[in-house]
Amino acid sequence: MDPSIKSTKEIEVLKQVLPLITSHKDRNSVSQVCKDFYNVERCSRTKVFIGNCYSVSPEMVARRFPNIRSVTLKGKPRFSDFNLVPENWGADVQSWLQVFAEFYPLLEELRLKRMTVSDASLEFLATSFLEFRALSLASCDGFSTDGLEAIATHCKALTELDIQENDMDDVSGDWLSYFPEDFVSLEVLNFSSLNSDVSFDVLEDLVCRCKSLRVLKVNKNITLEQLEKLLIWTPQLMELGTGSFYQELVPHQFRMLEIAFEKCKNLSTLSGLWEATSHNLAVLFPICARLTFLNLSYVNLQSAALTELIAHCSNLRRLWVLDTVEDKGLEAVGSCCPLLEELRVFPAGPFDQDMNYGVTESGLVAVSNGCRRLKYVLYFCMQMTNDAVSTVVQNCPDFTHFRLCIMKPCQPDYVTGEPMDEAFGAVVKSCTKLERLSLSGLLTDLTFEYIGKYAKKLEILSVAFAGSSDLGMQLVLEGCPMLRKLEIRDCPFGDAALLSGLEKYESMRSLWMSTCNLTVNGCKELAKEMPQLNVEVIKDEENDEVADKVYVYRSLAGPRSDAPPFVVSL
Amino acid sequence: MSTLQEHDYIGLSEMDAASDKLSSSDVSTDNEKNNLKETELRLGLPGLGLSLFGEEKDNKSVGGLCSSPFKNFASSGAKRGFSDAIDGSNNWGLSVKVGSEVDLKRGGVDEIHGAHKLGFTGANFSPALKVVEQKKVSSVPAPKAQVIGWPPIRSFRKNTLATNSTKKTDVVEASSSSGCLYVKVSMDGAPYLRKVDLKTYSNYTELSSALEKMFSCFTIGQCTSNGLPEREGLSASCLKDLVHGSEYVLSYEDKDGDWMLVGDVPWDMFTDSCKRLRIMKGSEAIGLAPRVTDKCKNNRQ
Repeated sequence: MDPSIKSTKEIEVLKQVLPLITSHKDRNSVSQVCKDFYNVERCSRTKVFIGNCYSVSPEMVARRFPNIRSVTLKGKPRFSDFNLVPENWGADVQSWLQVFAEFYPLLEELRLKRMTVSDASLEFLATSFLEFRALSLASCDGFSTDGLEAIATHCKALTELDIQENDMDDVSGDWLSYFPEDFVSLEVLNFSSLNSDVSFDVLEDLVCRCKSLRVLKVNKNITLEQLEKLLIWTPQLMELGTGSFYQELVPHQFRMLEIAFEKCKNLSTLSGLWEATSHNLAVLFPICARLTFLNLSYVNLQSAALTELIAHCSNLRRLWVLDTVEDKGLEAVGSCCPLLEELRVFPAGPFDQDMNYGVTESGLVAVSNGCRRLKYVLYFCMQMTNDAVSTVVQNCPDFTHFRLCIMKPCQPDYVTGEPMDEAFGAVVKSCTKLERLSLSGLLTDLTFEYIGKYAKKLEILSVAFAGSSDLGMQLVLEGCPMLRKLEIRDCPFGDAALLSGLEKYESMRSLWMSTCNLTVNGCKELAKEMPQLNVEVIKDEENDEVADKVYVYRSLAGPRSDAPPFVVSL
Repeated sequence: MSTLQEHDYIGLSEMDAASDKLSSSDVSTDNEKNNLKETELRLGLPGLGLSLFGEEKDNKSVGGLCSSPFKNFASSGAKRGFSDAIDGSNNWGLSVKVGSEVDLKRGGVDEIHGAHKLGFTGANFSPALKVVEQKKVSSVPAPKAQVIGWPPIRSFRKNTLATNSTKKTDVVEASSSSGCLYVKVSMDGAPYLRKVDLKTYSNYTELSSALEKMFSCFTIGQCTSNGLPEREGLSASCLKDLVHGSEYVLSYEDKDGDWMLVGDVPWDMFTDSCKRLRIMKGSEAIGLAPRVTDKCKNNRQ
């Protein structure tokens, strides 16, 4: 503890209380009270969350917080998930690891999202931090299963290895064999997104000796027969990601699998399945009532199969499905899951030439009728109407996250032919707690007028193929006091719109605009007026004056030094 | 009302060769197919820098912008201006039916029928326009251009679902289109599976003799170890006995996921619905059909 801090009563109390305060927002507030509070807080903080890796330098973090054990780092703009950010853009974790190795030798946890991570970095990580426990990689790129070998080999105290949907080289499943035989500490193992085969014997051994395993998500190559053998060792399991549910089981095997599932009394989350037959799904029926989160977004289920399954899932809070279940399947959800708070419907064949299946507005309405506690919806659909959305938000005014994706850009209300302005108007008027909104469909500036006027708690807004003029963007920037992230693509917003937010961007984490009407000059103007912002431009290939992709973010670290040649820091 | 053209998600559609041009000259020319064209409202898309947004601009004057809104086409080559796109390609068009009361913030009144000045007008919008009806080209549809990163789905999900769907079409739908239909064949006790192309056979006899040849290597040993007399004519007849006689039964999994006995339905129906084959031991075939088990019993005697 810093000796210059006066040891007053307040400080003493604070020292006792602070370890119990874990929320970043709360801690940030505490640190702003006075210098002493700032110092006490910074020394007692063990977890740090950095939402934009370029907003601050690793040295700055290390200087301020001397005792960090857990770091969460996010890198690229979210639209990089959809290939809108060129390769080699940056967000490499190595420079962070180097600083951490020096200042946080006892680092235990690292959670990375949209960062570039090389195998060398993983090896460096594994060998630099003797107490390292938990690694989570989501939407990252740059590494391969070789890197996982290093983690398995060196991290003797590992409790968590969570590999989620990364752009990685899946060379082989050998990495699993690198866990030493005396290694028993694993609590979380997720390799569901890896396609290469792991040795089942190795997996079984590992699962058997890690008695504290509470999360196990295997990949689709694990058969039902093998799954049964694993489940025997893990009655304490809370979250399970299965392998393929397609295997043909004789009655004896089916019964054994059923029993194995039933023994998992703490199982509340289920995912995987990959390919399933109706017959095999029945093995889950006895345990469905315990489930609070069911992720069926990687298994092609028709409405009948879903209806049968969901009838048993009366306690469900979160459901992810594919649109193969169609409106009929969603009707069943509405009928059977009154406690549902989150629904995500993903498209099974968004790029199929003849898309004539999927969900429509009636599916969403049906869910909203039965699930009044809905707070989070992500809905990919072929068609929507203003009326339907109005109905949905009247039924469920508690939405905090409303993400609607009508898959054809600029699609109007298919019944009236009107823009979808009124739909989103209804959303922002009804849902006073709305924090996140994703727009789609044919939208004019009116949508943005509504958002600016009503969405006072809005923090994240995603816009694509929408708006009529600069005014739209301006209305949002002026009207939404809590806006943190604004991401825009293919909209008619130009320099005037960009510059209307001059004072706003400092209070936001970031702004992304691609394929809008921005010029390099306009961005230069912004950079000039606001030197404390980083304004990064990727120019249009054919026209040097056009700013094709613009990324604006506040930063204490100044322009970044690792920008690739195609990124111009203004 | 004739069926609406099924647009891809950015409004590209197959169009009749005669009725596709979007340029202003075509909009104003009358021919019977283009009657509807006059009432057609085509919207330029955001990012065009056209007078869509109420300002009198031509394609080229917005800060040097001369680009199609869909710069991110995966399959289009170089970027093109809107007018190029109109003239150059046969499948442009975002046809939108718009109601009469569109309350908009911006924009003066734009001509609706001029191709270059498209877009929403102010409050005094013109009456509702009909949706354009376009005929589908009967031949192979033009490959639909894709907008990069839309719909917003992560690569992992895209790739996973793509492999899942091709797997299914492989077996279930291939029979209706191209020339081969591969299905997996498993045999109880055999260490690995085989694949056969059902299209290369025209009846059950051909199929079964092919399978006999394929799996003979797994059954020679069984022939002798079970104490059955070795026969002459070796593998073929040995397996034949095994398959048709005592030990094995040929079954298949159909579209509904049920396991059926091979031979009951006409050959074509079989190839249509067969997803995979299994050479089962007679003892396991009990669930399939009563006569099968009788057959097994009889032959063992």
